[in-house]
Amino acid sequence: MTTPTVLAPPAEPATGRQRGRRDAYSGGNPLVYVLALVIAAASLGPVLIAVLGGFRTNAQLAQNPGGWPDPWVLFNYRDAFTNPAFWQFTGNSLAIGAITTVVVVVFGMMAAYPLARYRFRGREALFTVFVAGLLFPATVAAIPLFILVSQNMGLSNTWWGIALPQAAFTLPLSVVILRPFIAALPNELEDAAMVDGSSRIGFFWRIVIPLCWPAMVTVGVVAFVQSWHAYLLPLLLLQGDMRTLPLGVADYSSEYSADIAGVFAFTSLSMLPALVLFLVFQKRIVGGLQGAVKG
Amino acid sequence: MKPPAEPPLTGATTRKGRGSRRDWRKAAEILFFVTPALALFALFVIVPVLTAVQMSVYRWRGFGPLEDFVGFRNYASVLTNDVFQGAVGHTMTIVVGSILLQLPLGLGIALLLNRKMKGQGLLRTIVFVPFVLSEVIAGVIWFQLLQPRYGVIDTLLEAVGLTGPPQGWLGDRDFALWTILIVLTWKYLGLPILLFLAGLQSISEELYEAAQLDGATWWQTQRKITIPLLGPTMRTWAFLSMIGSLQLFDMVWVLTRGGPANSTTTMVTFLVNQGTERGNYGIAGAASVILFVIALVMAITYQRIFLRRDTKEAGR
Repeated sequence: MTTPTVLAPPAEPATGRQRGRRDAYSGGNPLVYVLALVIAAASLGPVLIAVLGGFRTNAQLAQNPGGWPDPWVLFNYRDAFTNPAFWQFTGNSLAIGAITTVVVVVFGMMAAYPLARYRFRGREALFTVFVAGLLFPATVAAIPLFILVSQNMGLSNTWWGIALPQAAFTLPLSVVILRPFIAALPNELEDAAMVDGSSRIGFFWRIVIPLCWPAMVTVGVVAFVQSWHAYLLPLLLLQGDMRTLPLGVADYSSEYSADIAGVFAFTSLSMLPALVLFLVFQKRIVGGLQGAVKG
Repeated sequence: MKPPAEPPLTGATTRKGRGSRRDWRKAAEILFFVTPALALFALFVIVPVLTAVQMSVYRWRGFGPLEDFVGFRNYASVLTNDVFQGAVGHTMTIVVGSILLQLPLGLGIALLLNRKMKGQGLLRTIVFVPFVLSEVIAGVIWFQLLQPRYGVIDTLLEAVGLTGPPQGWLGDRDFALWTILIVLTWKYLGLPILLFLAGLQSISEELYEAAQLDGATWWQTQRKITIPLLGPTMRTWAFLSMIGSLQLFDMVWVLTRGGPANSTTTMVTFLVNQGTERGNYGIAGAASVILFVIALVMAITYQRIFLRRDTKEAGR
């Protein structure tokens, strides 16, 4: 069985293979550590300033913008944490992300299955339709989508009005990732299932779905992350209580621009979910990204 | 669009009665599996893209029927529009600038991280953190850091005896676009680092051992072995970067909204501005089509020049 090229082998520690190689050129050079420190500071610095800024007062920030909290104050975070708008935005982001993810994974799996394991005329043409979809980013269609969703479908300011178009634009990627994965399942499995009296639908349900779980998780994580970060379409379609977290953060920061400490706390709190999600799924996200480029 | 369920190939030679029933069942199954995805795709991707094309040849303010057919006049007015021309220039600056900045930086950091050193795993996670944040959140943070005089950046500069522009880095026509480019580099540098590291690990160890035996220095090894073998990864990354830069919107909208004095507009901020704030849907449609054509031409050209060699070599 050949592993599909689009997916990196799941959960293989990247450092494992590397241990013990290139000893002759290995570190020990203090300059290397200094450089590493500079890089780490540059990457993490802005994020830390925001997080720490949330623990300071506006007076402290005005006096020395880049300083350490002295004393540490908690009320900025407490205010953000008890702000109903924050939970409203988080809830909307979660709901839209969940709908997008489920639709992408379910519809993508369903479409990829016959494209991978049925032989029928027009199969490649159909696959090409989906591949061509990769060429159309949502930005090109943003304005017509806005009109379609708000005027023709009456779905502006709803979760579905954002989730369905987002799912549609993620479907091509999902089909492109899932199809080779399903195609790589050995034919013997299918034959055995047929001998046991299973139909093709039964094979899909009992064999394909359990075996393709890792690929489905990858597609799901990609869909969710894209939805979680989306800005343009929500900006065009959502207002008030229906706003998602990115919209809410951007609006909060311009609305309360005088309260910099408050903005820092609100922003820091809202980047927490994405960071946690990344740390939990780090290997799969990283593997998926690397695999997509290698393949 | 292609109808998904044409008569299947297999079973065509089997006996009539049972065969055609089985074919019929198979066609129904294919339809069942493919229809939801295809319907969603048609409704939310194909229809809006075609609508953009249709809009682009009418003068339309967003209500009432499409009546006022103007042919290619919207295209002419977009292409001769100073703001749009500027937007194309800014977008191209970001496309080229991102690659020119991130390629050497990403390569250098990947080579550094590929050496055996303490805390390497942690460092890898750290350099990837900005990539994980959403563009909007990164933008909001940098907007605060870049505040004129009282922001962290200007304070740091002041500490070493420099002063930023009085209106701030984002408020000055000469600096705003370059500031955005730097923030974008900070945000997206994690991706090339990650991809180059993966590429580095797939280079055979024997090559390095052989080079070591020949007495090659670290730098010679990198230049003669690592960088050439990393070529395909670099070219693929640059392609992704280019496509991403052409769609640039979020960061600009958060940091400058295209200002000051249209000095940071991109193609997407132009079309959003025309479509939503001015209600010039015909103009927005034409700008969408032009953006798509530019992106397509660049993608195909890039593929022809850089990527064809890689796919041939890979033998796929």
